[in-house]
Amino acid sequence: MAGAAVALYAYACQTTGPKGLLDGDVASRVYVAPGEHDEFYAFLSGGFSGQVTVYGLPSGRLLKVIPVFSQYPENGWGYSEETKPMLETSFGFVPWDDAHHPQLSKTNGVPDGRWLFINANNTPRIARISLETFETEEIIEIPQSAGNHASPFITPNSEYVVASTRFSVPVPQRDISIDEYKAAFKGTISFIRADRPGEMDIAFQLLVPGYNYDLAHAGKGPSYGWAFFTTYNTEQANTLLEINASQRDKDFVAAVNWRRAEECVAQGRGRDVAVTYVHNYMGEERVARSERKRGVRVLEPADCEGMIYYLPTPKSPHGVDVDPSGEYIVAGGKLATVIPVHSFSKMLAVIEAKDFEGEAEGIPMLRYEAVLAGEVQNPGLGPLHTEFDGKGYAYTSAFLSSEIVKWKLGTWEVVDRIPTYYSIGHLMIPGGDSEKPWGKYVVALNKITKDRYLPTGPELVHAAQLIDISGERMRLLLDFPTLGEPHYAQALPAELIKDKVVRIYDIQRNRHPYATLSEADARVERRGGTVHVYMTAIRSHFSPDIIEGIRVGDTVKFHVTNLEQDWDVPHGFAAMGVPNAELLIMPGETKTLTWVPRQPGVYPFYCTDFCSALHQEMQGYVRVSPAGANVPLTSNGAGQGKVLASGGGR
Amino acid sequence: MIVARTLLRLSIVLATVGLLAGCDPAEESNSSGGADVDGDNAALVPGLDITEDELKYGIGPIRRVELGPLDAALAARGEELFKMKCMACHRLDERYVGPALRGVTERRTPEFVMNMMLNPGEMVRRHPVGRAMLAAHYTEMPAQNLTEQEARALLEYLRAQAAEGQTSRGGTTENS
Repeated sequence: MAGAAVALYAYACQTTGPKGLLDGDVASRVYVAPGEHDEFYAFLSGGFSGQVTVYGLPSGRLLKVIPVFSQYPENGWGYSEETKPMLETSFGFVPWDDAHHPQLSKTNGVPDGRWLFINANNTPRIARISLETFETEEIIEIPQSAGNHASPFITPNSEYVVASTRFSVPVPQRDISIDEYKAAFKGTISFIRADRPGEMDIAFQLLVPGYNYDLAHAGKGPSYGWAFFTTYNTEQANTLLEINASQRDKDFVAAVNWRRAEECVAQGRGRDVAVTYVHNYMGEERVARSERKRGVRVLEPADCEGMIYYLPTPKSPHGVDVDPSGEYIVAGGKLATVIPVHSFSKMLAVIEAKDFEGEAEGIPMLRYEAVLAGEVQNPGLGPLHTEFDGKGYAYTSAFLSSEIVKWKLGTWEVVDRIPTYYSIGHLMIPGGDSEKPWGKYVVALNKITKDRYLPTGPELVHAAQLIDISGERMRLLLDFPTLGEPHYAQALPAELIKDKVVRIYDIQRNRHPYATLSEADARVERRGGTVHVYMTAIRSHFSPDIIEGIRVGDTVKFHVTNLEQDWDVPHGFAAMGVPNAELLIMPGETKTLTWVPRQPGVYPFYCTDFCSALHQEMQGYVRVSPAGANVPLTSNGAGQGKVLASGGGR
Repeated sequence: MIVARTLLRLSIVLATVGLLAGCDPAEESNSSGGADVDGDNAALVPGLDITEDELKYGIGPIRRVELGPLDAALAARGEELFKMKCMACHRLDERYVGPALRGVTERRTPEFVMNMMLNPGEMVRRHPVGRAMLAAHYTEMPAQNLTEQEARALLEYLRAQAAEGQTSRGGTTENS
């Protein structure tokens, strides 16, 4: 009894943190009062939604969905003429993808709040999102790749984001038997220049053995200039990988010296391969342009000695995470019974001494024991990913045992563990993969939800949990639903972003080629079979709002300019029967909806975003006549030559 | 005379809206007002949560505007801005979404006109004239993200229009 009492006392004291918190205060830790703001922005990948979601922490409130790789009818992303080019690829228009790993841009190894990058896993691409507009501004396709999973992990000064092949494929792509896997299938690791908006490009690509490249992280501090990639399926199986890729005791962490690769490229080593890929960019005129690029510089290991090494690592490693000091490289061997931690300084010494165990397809293999800093024993089953709190501790997600395990860097001892609900994949500490984490919370991103919320049929949202890591013991604070399937996430203090967020687009800087910058210019114009509608929107009318003379078979382009210059006054535009989405037009912006009417009639259009007390009055009509009809093209726009009577009081 | 008529009408509006204006924190802090050394009148208008100055000059960043002779270049810049940012809702000689604007510079102080452009949200919520106009026109005047220089150019344009229209227009439109 006495022992129990002491234990209880100790427990009670332990949970009384520096702010005098008791368990009953958990709610207040995540309560953000009405009108107050969250402390952190968190960016969660949407997984199979193809988008990014923005949450406030600690409240877990959803703030925004940023459409990236998937069409989004809610605001016309991928439907409007301005945004359709963003989804172009060398395969054509690809309106969906699987987005896994957000990465914040960094300066000196710390998130700087400029951009967020995210990978498309299925049709390999990387997107850059502005953290001033919270819009996707740029997408680059990755050639000679498949399953762009180990991506877009970023280097400490945002020099590069990386991309690599989960699926090795024939390089170059060609029609060959899949039985030729071992001979003809290759992996690639690409470095994409990231720090110049509008100029994302493949700087160089490494051609590597045909394994599965899984995850990555860049070195930092002393390991600046290196990047680390996990591999599995070093067995090079091409069927039933579940069994056949789990044979070996060890696979590899690939250590890539990207500064060495830069030197080799500068010396003209490697070769240019004539592949085509697509680069899409939304510049200042806010009309996306899609360009085809041709040619990528490819380096093979033999072209550039010292560029890549393999660190044997048990066992089908998944995550590879570099601690804030840059010395420790933590690999989550998802089938391993320990978490191996490699030492960067030992690795350098072994490379210096050329003390190699052998080679794998021309890549030097280092001995496991020689580069090992330590092993975390009993780390939970299925360790996947590790983040850091900046106070000497690491937090590893364990999928099979559904928990987060906290352990100490240097001693490798497990000091705490907390269950997650259920089957955690990634975990995220704000800045937790950077040189200076804000180690206050960890978010568990779970794969299985089951009974956590009210049931909603067979399909459930994915669950996330917010866990306090400010004290000695981890403490569950909040459970919140997410959209799509968040894989990885990133977060940073709100102050780094919130004061520079764009509220409107300046109408005086609108350079859209079809903008209508004054209601005086509102009109319709026919050019052959295309009718351009130069339309303005302001509370609470469209101009023109009467259009006649459209004929079946015409292509009608509604170019709608929102003349508002006030924050949070978008106007929507939708017309009956248009087999497209709506437009949601931000203040000062021009957006274009294309429509090919098929039947004569009168079609109403209206504003879809409640804008004022007279929002329901914000509407208009388009008359469509049969093909070949003689109805003249007219409108009541003030810029129209011939003006129709508008019927109302104006 | 228009000014006097407006003020008379205003005082009726004030009496009404004053009843609703009891819970603004600004009221307490300003309640002891009075003319200060700059000649400002920060005394509260009885029954309202705005000062005498705000009543006269509008609520917003503009305190005093010195008007010189008409500046044609400035007015031309104002006309450009008017087409882009105002004419979707305003005409010079007829009520459109908002009130007709010819002669507004004679009905209101220049400061009032500029504050209405620069701070319409607060003007239509707190200023009795703004409230009355919202009640008459239903649509809240949208902020158009103007700089003070741009508002000044617009003011010059409206001054020029007032002068131009003096002879040819009757006073048939309601006051803006």
